[in-house]
Amino acid sequence: MSAVELGCKECGATLDLGAAYFCGQCFGPLEVRYDHSGLEPDEARRRIQAGSNGIWRYLDFLPFTGGRPEVGPLEPGMTPLIKADRLAEALGTGAEIWVKNDAANPTHSFKDRVVSVALAKARELGYQTVACASTGNLANSVAANAAAGGFDCYVFVPSNLEEQKLLATDIYGSNLVGVKGNYDDVNRLCTQLSDEKPWAFVNVNLRPYYSEGSKTLAFETIEQLGWRLPDRVVCPIASGSLFTKIGRGFSEWQEVGLVEGDTPVFNGAQAEGCSPVAAAFRDGEDFCRPQKPDTIAKSLAIGDPADGPYALDQARRTGGGVDSVTDDEIRAGIRLLAETTGIFTETAGGVTTAVLAKLAERGELADGEKVVVYITGEGLKTLDANRDTFSLREIEPTVESFESTFATTFA
Amino acid sequence: MVTVKIPTQLRPSAGGRAEVELGGETVGEVLEALFLESPDLRERITEGGQLRRFVNVYLGGEDIRFGDGLETIVEDGSELTILPAVAGG
Repeated sequence: MSAVELGCKECGATLDLGAAYFCGQCFGPLEVRYDHSGLEPDEARRRIQAGSNGIWRYLDFLPFTGGRPEVGPLEPGMTPLIKADRLAEALGTGAEIWVKNDAANPTHSFKDRVVSVALAKARELGYQTVACASTGNLANSVAANAAAGGFDCYVFVPSNLEEQKLLATDIYGSNLVGVKGNYDDVNRLCTQLSDEKPWAFVNVNLRPYYSEGSKTLAFETIEQLGWRLPDRVVCPIASGSLFTKIGRGFSEWQEVGLVEGDTPVFNGAQAEGCSPVAAAFRDGEDFCRPQKPDTIAKSLAIGDPADGPYALDQARRTGGGVDSVTDDEIRAGIRLLAETTGIFTETAGGVTTAVLAKLAERGELADGEKVVVYITGEGLKTLDANRDTFSLREIEPTVESFESTFATTFA
Repeated sequence: MVTVKIPTQLRPSAGGRAEVELGGETVGEVLEALFLESPDLRERITEGGQLRRFVNVYLGGEDIRFGDGLETIVEDGSELTILPAVAGG
């Protein structure tokens, strides 16, 4: 009843649970395999409910072989799942819209989930130094969790990243490396460096473990819906890892009998300026042509998505789809979510909300169906996207000045 | 001549070498020259004459899919890098 080995998703070859991320035979991605044969659903549910109030309550489904791994103090997870009736009303849909606000994690994005799992694994495997290739949120999370856990840390980002994300990485005392290039250049460099340095690159050589952390979003959703599956999810796609691992989380609990019901429909969300998965979905292809990103949604700006083929498969298999939205639609999505739910999300959340709006507009959301929208990051980290969009009406410090300036707004 | 950089996991199939100097007009021709020297590599990184879908090849740091794929022209003194495509995100 735990992780047993790494398996290749392409050819099925197996390896021990070490620091490896691709198959030596066919270069396919490796994933963690579990043996849940001895798992009794009621007992597993009790263990979960008696666990911590974060992701470690799902230890049976995370890639560790012994007991609870040594972890830092920044436990992520159990973020709010909010029923967003005012958002549904604004969209004119009879569907039940639920917003999973994963900005409510220690460093304000879903990345704390994957990083916590990766750093626990890094410690188990004896690494002193952790590193990552990041579009920003991962950088913040690796830097913070490395500081909390006492690791040395190297964070590689495109040098043109949002100032907020640079500052919120460097503040933790990490070695912040700005690479002259886009994310795919950063990723290639880190792939090369992982061959040379004895470091745990969380999303390179520890990627099979790291990505498992995203399953906890699915587990929490099920618990927070009262041990039920949603009917549909809307989720951003960058590399496709989050999208596919939420799917894996649902199916894993279906397989062991922790939840019953149909597999949710998966709708993926991309920015038009970086939409290799949406383009492949539209063109009926089962692979993604790489793109050069040009979008304000920098956290989703991966032009060569590692899990693209699997994300495509999941969208098609579940009867869903992958849509893309323009930068203006992204800004409108950020505002719509803020004005109807009180949640200020970053550009990626704007992408997700804008795709939800598209689905509603096309009439694809059925009355009464439960739709979970994954909001993965915080609006204060991408202030540039909404800069100069607010209206500030200046008045004299007198009642008369206020009354005369705002008279038209009084109901 | 073109320098081909081999990732660690493939080095045992390339006589333990991290770099190989080879000739060829296109990426495909350079890789053919590599397979002549190290036949085991053909099956590891290609399938049906095409690169496997989780293998990336870069010419001077640029993914060859932004060029003409295996038909991309290589100039003397350039560098080809073979890497797994399953990182990041």
